[in-house]
Amino acid sequence: MPMIYYVILVISIGIVALVIARRRAALQIQGAVKQHSRPHYHGWWAFLLATVPAILLIIVWSIGSSIYVERRIDAQLPQQAADGPIASRSLALSLVGRLADALHRLDAETLANLPSSFEELRPKLAEKGVALAPDTQDYMIPIAVEANRTGDALQMTGGVLALLLSIAGAAYGIRSIQPRARARNNVERVVRWGLLASSMIAILTTIGIVLSMLFETFYFFSSVSPLDFFFGTVWDPRFAAAGATDSVGQFGLIPLLAGTLYIAFIALLVAVPIGLMSAVYMAEYASPHVRSIVKPALELLAGIPTIVYGIFALVTLGPFLRDLSAALTGGSPFIQAQSIFTAGFVMGIMLIPVVSSLSDDIITAVPRALRDGSLGLGATRSETIKRVVLPAALPGIVGAILLTASRAIGETMIVVLAAGVAARLTLNPFEAMTTITVKIVNQLTGDLEFNSPQTLVAFALGITLFAVTLLMNIVALYIVRKYREQYE
Amino acid sequence: MNLMTDTKLQQALETSVDDKTDELIKMQGRKVTVHYGYKQALFDIDLDIRENQVTALIGPSGCGKSTFLRCLNRMNDTIAGAKVGGMITLDSENIYDPRIDVVELRARVGMVFQKPNPFPKSIFENVAYGPRIHGLARNKADLQAIVESSLKKAALWNEVKDRIHEPGTGLSGGQQQRLCIARAIAVSPEVILMDEPCSALDPIATAKVEELIDELKQNYTIVIVTHSMQQAARVSQRTAMFHLGYLVEEGPTEKMFTNPDDKRTQDYITGRFG
Ligand SMILES: Nc1ncnc2c1ncn2[C@@H]1O[C@H](COP(=O)(O)OP(=O)(O)OP(=O)(O)O)[C@@H](O)[C@H]1O
Ligand SMILES: [Mg+2]
Repeated sequence: MPMIYYVILVISIGIVALVIARRRAALQIQGAVKQHSRPHYHGWWAFLLATVPAILLIIVWSIGSSIYVERRIDAQLPQQAADGPIASRSLALSLVGRLADALHRLDAETLANLPSSFEELRPKLAEKGVALAPDTQDYMIPIAVEANRTGDALQMTGGVLALLLSIAGAAYGIRSIQPRARARNNVERVVRWGLLASSMIAILTTIGIVLSMLFETFYFFSSVSPLDFFFGTVWDPRFAAAGATDSVGQFGLIPLLAGTLYIAFIALLVAVPIGLMSAVYMAEYASPHVRSIVKPALELLAGIPTIVYGIFALVTLGPFLRDLSAALTGGSPFIQAQSIFTAGFVMGIMLIPVVSSLSDDIITAVPRALRDGSLGLGATRSETIKRVVLPAALPGIVGAILLTASRAIGETMIVVLAAGVAARLTLNPFEAMTTITVKIVNQLTGDLEFNSPQTLVAFALGITLFAVTLLMNIVALYIVRKYREQYE
Repeated sequence: MNLMTDTKLQQALETSVDDKTDELIKMQGRKVTVHYGYKQALFDIDLDIRENQVTALIGPSGCGKSTFLRCLNRMNDTIAGAKVGGMITLDSENIYDPRIDVVELRARVGMVFQKPNPFPKSIFENVAYGPRIHGLARNKADLQAIVESSLKKAALWNEVKDRIHEPGTGLSGGQQQRLCIARAIAVSPEVILMDEPCSALDPIATAKVEELIDELKQNYTIVIVTHSMQQAARVSQRTAMFHLGYLVEEGPTEKMFTNPDDKRTQDYITGRFG
């Protein structure tokens, strides 16, 4: 019986406990003593006692027993597995695991007289719709059977223990109902911990992602020196054909970083002036009516998936610019279909609403008193904006620009489609250049092995990107917060 | 905005000038009405502001004192939905005439607000702001002279002369308010409007600002909104009492405080309502 059934059983016990406890508590209300907690708190407390410990036990037990079973399989694998036809021991482990899963699907009768050779077993599994790798060896069958048996026994034990724990919890919850029992406080405490746990999930996941990337990055740096990575000017990873790990290419970060920053720079060149001016218009000039139309329209622009911008750049803008430049020179186009300019320009369009809505918030946060002060001295509107509002909002705007820049640096889909894949160093904005994100995508798509430097470099690139954008965000948040304090 | 140009109004205007030959009328409001959207905030206000005198506007909260004050330099133009009717003149010139440039008007009729609102710039830049945008200084020395004399007139020079390039927001509340007064003086206005200039200040800072107002009236015409009867009595020569958007009465401060015509004024001054 899979563990999920035990979970369902535990919850059922909990519900029963809830109902009983609530009724019992309700009956006590008739008593003379004033109840500390309302009946449904007693009910929920009994429910929590019945379910939470039991479900925690099930989770821990499941993890523990699967680790244990894997150890067992590992111990039973014959020594030759390591240097047999199959290259790695971990592959053998996973084959046994998959075989064991497959055997679960067979009915008891077939299991009882299992063929000892994989050739005979395969069609029977195929009947059940399970396809197994042909690498599976005969000796694995008994190991898988044994593993299944151990696993089932462990599950059974764990499930029964959980049920017992659940019943005990329910009984304790129901028995401890007294008029002065503080069930409300207990429930509140559990709720608080539950909320805390939820908020920890995001943080822990981030930490987990960073740690795993770090781990893979160190692995990568064992075959490529960090110096060559961070300061290399040539990006030529070669192809990671399986088994051909000896041809280590060159992994220079510089061309990718340069491309990333160049394209982000062009994007900001487009987005910042336009976004800022539209923010000034919306915050200072637009009538409430115009504002109520223009602002949502701009925000709609922010809702367009970036892949759509990428398609626009690839299919429409890129060819258009190429043909335009060809027409201008009367022959050879000086703007390539995929170019830094095209990618940067389209990305800039995408970022306009980001800049404008962030800056709009910041500009409207400048106190009205400052504007009045300036207007009251006979300054015009634009003088007031130029000399008082914008300088006062400047730190916040700088923060907004940094946030936007980190978006530009991390942007992927537009550059994948519009910037090209050629990793090179050039200053000409009309040529193709590539970015860190493009190369991460490139290195991780296709048929590949996950332990060659060619794929591991993606983690190193990813963590570099993460570090850069994290730094920018921290600086931006610091500036923005500092600026907020100024008016509070 | 509907401008009243009928002859009756003109007549009323002229007769009142003839009334007092010794005191010149600097600004004059005739049948001034203000609407915020559909809500009327001021009803037919007739009020004269005399040259080189301090006129105090008093009245319970929400009666329209600030609204009237803002009419005098057209700051109501910056409020969406505010509509001004009637006529207001500055030196017998209608300030709501389309030919009048608001920017010029506000340079002639300066304003000091309830809460000190120095720009987040240095003390020097705060004062130099107005002269700069109006091109009042021919060169740097000129500008420095204007800043210095404005700060001196605002009785702030001695306190800040050593840190003139530090941010104006770093001053104390009272100093900030005097900085705002200096800022208004720097464009050499003819009239200075002050909306509860001392309400954010402690008694000592208040006393300093009051003293300043008393001195400033030699060169400027001052209109001040205040909630403090003592302040009105101390600094003003004339007092106007507002109530629910109407002008209740207006007269020499002394008379208003000792022998007002209207019972509402008496009640308000003696603190029986407000
Ligand atoms: N910007 C505005 N929009 C709409 N109504 C306003 C606005 N400013 C003032 N009012 C209204 O106009 C009336 C007069 O307001 P005003 O600010 O002139 O009063 P006040 O006499 O200055 O009061 P206080 O002594 O509290 O400053 C009030 O009823 C107020 O609600
Ligand atoms: Mg007011």
